[in-house]
Amino acid sequence: MTSLTVSNLHVSLSGRKIVRDISLEVSTGQWLCIIGPNGAGKSTLLRAIAGLVESQGDIHIKHDDVDTNAKRLKERDRACWIAYVAQDPVMPAGMRVYDYVMLGRTAHLRLLASETDRDHDITQMVLGELDLVGLAKRDVATLSGGERQRAAIARALAQASPMVLLDEPTTALDIGYQQEVLELIDQLRRDQRIAVISTMHDLTVSGLYPDRLMLLSQGAVVAHGSAQQVLTEELISHTYGARVRIINDKEGIIVVPERSTP
Amino acid sequence: MAAHTGVRSPTRTMWLTGLLVLAFSLVLGVAIGAANVAPSHVLLEIVSHIPGIRVNTQIPTSESAIIWQLRLPRVVLAGLVGAMLATSGCAYQGTFRNPLADPYLLGVSAGAGLGATLAIVINSGHAHWVVPLAAFVGAMVAVLMTYSLGRSALVGRSATALVLAGVAVASMLTAVQTLVQQRNSDKIREVYGWVLGRLSTSGWSDVTLIFPYVAFCLIVLLQYRRVLDVFSVGDEEALTMGLPVKRARAAIIICASLGTAAAVSVTGLIGFVGIIIPHTLRLVVGNSYRLLMPLSVMYGAAFVVLADLAARTALAPQEIPIGVVTALIGAPFFLFVLGSSRSGHLT
Repeated sequence: MTSLTVSNLHVSLSGRKIVRDISLEVSTGQWLCIIGPNGAGKSTLLRAIAGLVESQGDIHIKHDDVDTNAKRLKERDRACWIAYVAQDPVMPAGMRVYDYVMLGRTAHLRLLASETDRDHDITQMVLGELDLVGLAKRDVATLSGGERQRAAIARALAQASPMVLLDEPTTALDIGYQQEVLELIDQLRRDQRIAVISTMHDLTVSGLYPDRLMLLSQGAVVAHGSAQQVLTEELISHTYGARVRIINDKEGIIVVPERSTP
Repeated sequence: MAAHTGVRSPTRTMWLTGLLVLAFSLVLGVAIGAANVAPSHVLLEIVSHIPGIRVNTQIPTSESAIIWQLRLPRVVLAGLVGAMLATSGCAYQGTFRNPLADPYLLGVSAGAGLGATLAIVINSGHAHWVVPLAAFVGAMVAVLMTYSLGRSALVGRSATALVLAGVAVASMLTAVQTLVQQRNSDKIREVYGWVLGRLSTSGWSDVTLIFPYVAFCLIVLLQYRRVLDVFSVGDEEALTMGLPVKRARAAIIICASLGTAAAVSVTGLIGFVGIIIPHTLRLVVGNSYRLLMPLSVMYGAAFVVLADLAARTALAPQEIPIGVVTALIGAPFFLFVLGSSRSGHLT
């Protein structure tokens, strides 16, 4: 059981406060989704946790009662705890899916070491799990949107970090691929293998898979809790400046924008 | 394991071909010249110099001297320089994620040239080992200038921005070098050769001068071949995968620049090798630096040995500066790479 605790995190970029006083916690098996309007600081929050931007506040990782200050970790040690999948992962032309996924093993290798048989085995296993074996020899630059996202998630899994951060994992995907990718993430966390923090645009979908939502506005938390608690007409219309209707379906909560002239 | 490396069949061919081409070019480089020498004599002469082996070669002393004192040092020097320039180019391309990076186009060679010129002028050529060091300082200054200019002044960090910055830096450093030469016209002959690149025939002294630098840099750079692949996903993603991006990049740039500087300090500005070789290899083996780096060593060496052969023999008895030969081949090649990187093929 591993958990990540963020306390009182602040991020300023070129003098502007982007993230204000955010605290959160996720443990293995959980999926926390950060939502909010454009510019609310969702991606910056994720990037701060990944160590890509400077931040004030604490980021701690607890594993079997051993507490680690993530901000003090070297790149490689941090990568062993936290994996990050960018919104639009770079797919280097001419690289095979197999080699791309194996890049995830970097965190477990000394800087100038080569991969061992174990790294190859883990790569094979992840490829098998994510149904990428047939694509192993394909050039990553030629993959479709859904395949790209799967390859990027496979790379994060090969990294074998208990925490996975996903920045807008479904934004560029059509509804079929969205479902495929979200089901995959959901299954991985339900299998108690990872804890997930993601950002997401689609409110209905964000209520469907993640078990907790955090609504941000101008860098600060507006609401934090279950979909029932966060996806309310009042909160959404207030933070997004939108008129929406909330439909409570037995499958989940559906957020529908309302036309001004019916 | 076969399952892991199943698609690498063209690679083995490339290795074998590389070794053959390299051996062939070495023998050819030694055998052909103003006085031709039988290739068998070349091999015998080389074998006879291996310690512990006694061969009764019966090669005339004059021919033996041509092989051992004139041709072989030059060919070995060409090989070292070629291996270094091609591998440096490949390493720069990887760390900068830029297909157009090359020691010459980044201004590294010009910086090294200026450094070495200053060393010769000030030092009066007494302490030989100072020249590569001064060249290295010049090379580092140049690459840092190019990199920071290409990043900040030219927004967007496109592949061409870096090269434009490199051209500007190179022009400026070359101008300063010319100025230094003008003010020290007594040494102009010594210095002039660099601008166009030349391989000297000064026996083994140049080889022994740069060998330690080149060997060290090649060995270190080859160790970084996997890291160069990690760089290909960009700094941010590489960082989250656990790569100490800044430290690794610094180490690679220092080694590539030191090696380039050592090469430039004895041969002058030989351009485009770092573009021609890695990109030709890319067309065959793909973009993985694990393959590109070691193959660049071999094919780079063979290429410059053959280019030098062409430079010596094409207009014999006149000798064309080798930098002219590589530029004649390299400049059109550069345009080809520029074209394909514009269309997004290589970036």
